[in-house]
Amino acid sequence: MSRLRTLHDLAPVAFAALVALGGFAGVATAGVLPEDRADILYHRYDGGGVTIDGPSLLVRKKFLEKFSVSANYYVDMVSSASIDVVTTASPYKEQRDQYSLTFDTMRGKTTYSLGYTNSKENDYQADTAFFGLSHDLFGDLTTISMSFARGWDIVQQRDAITGGVDPDFREHVDRRTYSMGLSQVLTRNLVAGASFETITDEGFLNNPYRTVRYVDPTSAVGFSFEDEIYPRTRTSNAVSIRGRYFLPYRAAVHAEYRYYNDTWGILAHTGELGYTHPLGEKWIFDLKYRYYTQDAADFFSDLFPRAQAQNFLARDKELSTFVSHTAGFGATYEFPGGIPYMPRFVKKGTLNVRWDHIFFDYSDFRDIRVSGVAAGTEPLYSFQADVLQLFVSIWF
Amino acid sequence: MSTSVGARRIAKIACLLAASTLLAACSSVEPWVKPYERDHLADPIMAFDRDPVSSAYLHHVFESREGARGAAGSAGGGCGCN
Amino acid sequence: MTGKLRNLFKCIALASALVVSVSLAGDGGGRAADFRLDARGGKQLGLGELKGQVVMINFWATWCGPCRQEMPLLEQMHKKYKPMGFTLVGINVEEDSSGAEAWLQKTPVSFPILFDRENRVSKLYNVSGMPSSVLIDRKGNVRYLHRGYKAGDENTYLDHIRALVKEKA
Repeated sequence: MSRLRTLHDLAPVAFAALVALGGFAGVATAGVLPEDRADILYHRYDGGGVTIDGPSLLVRKKFLEKFSVSANYYVDMVSSASIDVVTTASPYKEQRDQYSLTFDTMRGKTTYSLGYTNSKENDYQADTAFFGLSHDLFGDLTTISMSFARGWDIVQQRDAITGGVDPDFREHVDRRTYSMGLSQVLTRNLVAGASFETITDEGFLNNPYRTVRYVDPTSAVGFSFEDEIYPRTRTSNAVSIRGRYFLPYRAAVHAEYRYYNDTWGILAHTGELGYTHPLGEKWIFDLKYRYYTQDAADFFSDLFPRAQAQNFLARDKELSTFVSHTAGFGATYEFPGGIPYMPRFVKKGTLNVRWDHIFFDYSDFRDIRVSGVAAGTEPLYSFQADVLQLFVSIWF
Repeated sequence: MSTSVGARRIAKIACLLAASTLLAACSSVEPWVKPYERDHLADPIMAFDRDPVSSAYLHHVFESREGARGAAGSAGGGCGCN
Repeated sequence: MTGKLRNLFKCIALASALVVSVSLAGDGGGRAADFRLDARGGKQLGLGELKGQVVMINFWATWCGPCRQEMPLLEQMHKKYKPMGFTLVGINVEEDSSGAEAWLQKTPVSFPILFDRENRVSKLYNVSGMPSSVLIDRKGNVRYLHRGYKAGDENTYLDHIRALVKEKA
C-alpha cells in the first residue's frame, strides 16, 4: 500500500520562521523601530526530485509613531518525487499556508515584541506565539535581546485510499524556544553579534508516513521497511557568533559560525562568509558561501540489522551524517519614488533576485533507487538544489 | 535527558553575562564610537538582515532540510538614533 | 532540565528589568562654547555673531532617519519665531558634505547650515545622540538639551523656544 508523505518536516519550521520574522533576525536596529515597507517574493526550490514554490507577502507599518505591525502570508506549493517518496510511496502535490502577525513597540531604549503564526496543511497544523524584548545600552553600542516562543502542533494522517484525514489519528507536539542575543558595535566599521537558542520539543516528533529499513533475507531486495520510532522529547542548544565589517571603498564582508547539539546526538557546525558590493547609488551585489556539516542522530541508521533492532529507529536523511555547501548570489536594483505608474506614497523601491545553489553529500544515507546490489552497498546519496528568489520591495 | 551538563554550563555563563551587564550598566561607560561617527554603521549594506522576507525564507529552506535549528539572527548595529 | 532553564530565564529577566530601568543621564547648563564653521553658501558663521538671539543648534546627518524626519518641522519653527529673535542653526556632522548638499537641494531650509567635518564642535558639545538639539538663551547660556527625535518632540521644542524668546537679552 503506497503511503503519502507530507510537509511534516516543513511545518514545524513555521515556528522558527516566526522567530526569524519577528524582529530577532536582524529586523530591529538600535534606537528606531523598523521602517515601513512591503515585499512581494516569489520563491522556488528545485532539487532532489522536489519542487516547492510560492509567494511570500510581507507588510510592515508604523502606527501612532509608537507601534510597528508586520503581517506575512506565505505559501509552499509542493510537488514531490523525492528519494524518500519514490522509494516508499508515490509522488504527491500539496500546499502549506502560513500567516504571521507581529507587533513591536519602543519605550525609551527598549523594544517589546509580540507575535503569532499559524501554519496549515491538510494533515498538519502549527500555531506559535512569541514574546521578545531588546534593549540598547552603552550609548547604543550594545543591544541585548531575549525572546520566548511557544508552539502547539497538531499532527494528523491522511488515509492513502480515501485521501481524507484519518479521524482516529491525532497527535500533538509542544515546542518551547528560549533565545538570547547580544549585538556589539566594536568600531566605526565593525559590528559583532552572538546568539544562543535552546529549543525543546515534546510529543509526536516523527513523521507518521516515514519508514526505516532493516536487513530481511526473506525479501527479494534483501531489506524490508517498518515505521520509524522517535523519542518523544528533543532538546537542542545552538550558539552562534557573527561579524560584519565595512570596507573603506564602501563594501561589506560578513562571517558567521554556529555550533549546534541536541539530545538526539546530532552535532552540527555551520559557517558562512559573505561579501556585499554596492555599485553607484542603484546597485547592490551579494556573494555568499555557506558550509554545513552534521553528525547523525544516535538512533539513525540507513539499514538496521533486523526488525525492531532498537528502541528508537530513524532513517530520515535530515538526521544522517552529511555535509552541504551553498554558493549564493544576489542582485538588488534600487529605484526612486516618483517614477511613472508608481503610487505617490512610495518613497523608494528595489527589484531583487537571489540564487543559491546547494550541494548535499550524505555519508551514511544510501540511494536505494539503485537496484541489483546487496542491501547496504548502494551508493551514498547526494543531490543538488537550486533556490531562486525574485522579489520587489517598496518603502512608504 | 543528558543535556544537563551542557545546559547547566551555558546557564552559568549566561547568568554571569546578565549579572555583569547589570553591574556595568550602573557605571557610566563612554561610547567609543560617537553617535555622529555611525555613518558607516547606518549604511544599509551594514545591516545584518537587509531583506527580512528573503532571509526568513532561506532560513526556512535550510532548517527544513538540516538537523540543526536556531541561533540564526542578530539585532542591533544601525544608526543608533534616539 | 526545564526547571534549570526556568531559573536561568528568571535570572536573565530580572537582570534585564533592572538594566532597563537604568537610564542614561543628560545635562545642560553653563556657557555655550564658541565655535566658527564653514556655512552652506560659502561663508563662515560663528556662534558669537548670534549673541542676543535665542539659538537652537541642531546636530544632524543625512544617514540619520529621525534627523531627516524633523528637518521640515525645524524649518517651520525657524520661520515662525525668526521675527521674535530666534534662529535655528543646523550643524551637519558628516566628513563628506556632498551628501548633505544633495539632500538639501531636495529638502531646502532657510536657516543656516554649518559643516562640522572634523566633528570638532560635536565633541565640544558632547553630542551623545543623533539628532541632538541645544537651546541657547539670549545671554549665551545653554538652557535645554534634547537627545534624539520622536514624533511629538516638536511640542517640547516649541514650549522651550516660547519661554526663551520671552526673556530679555
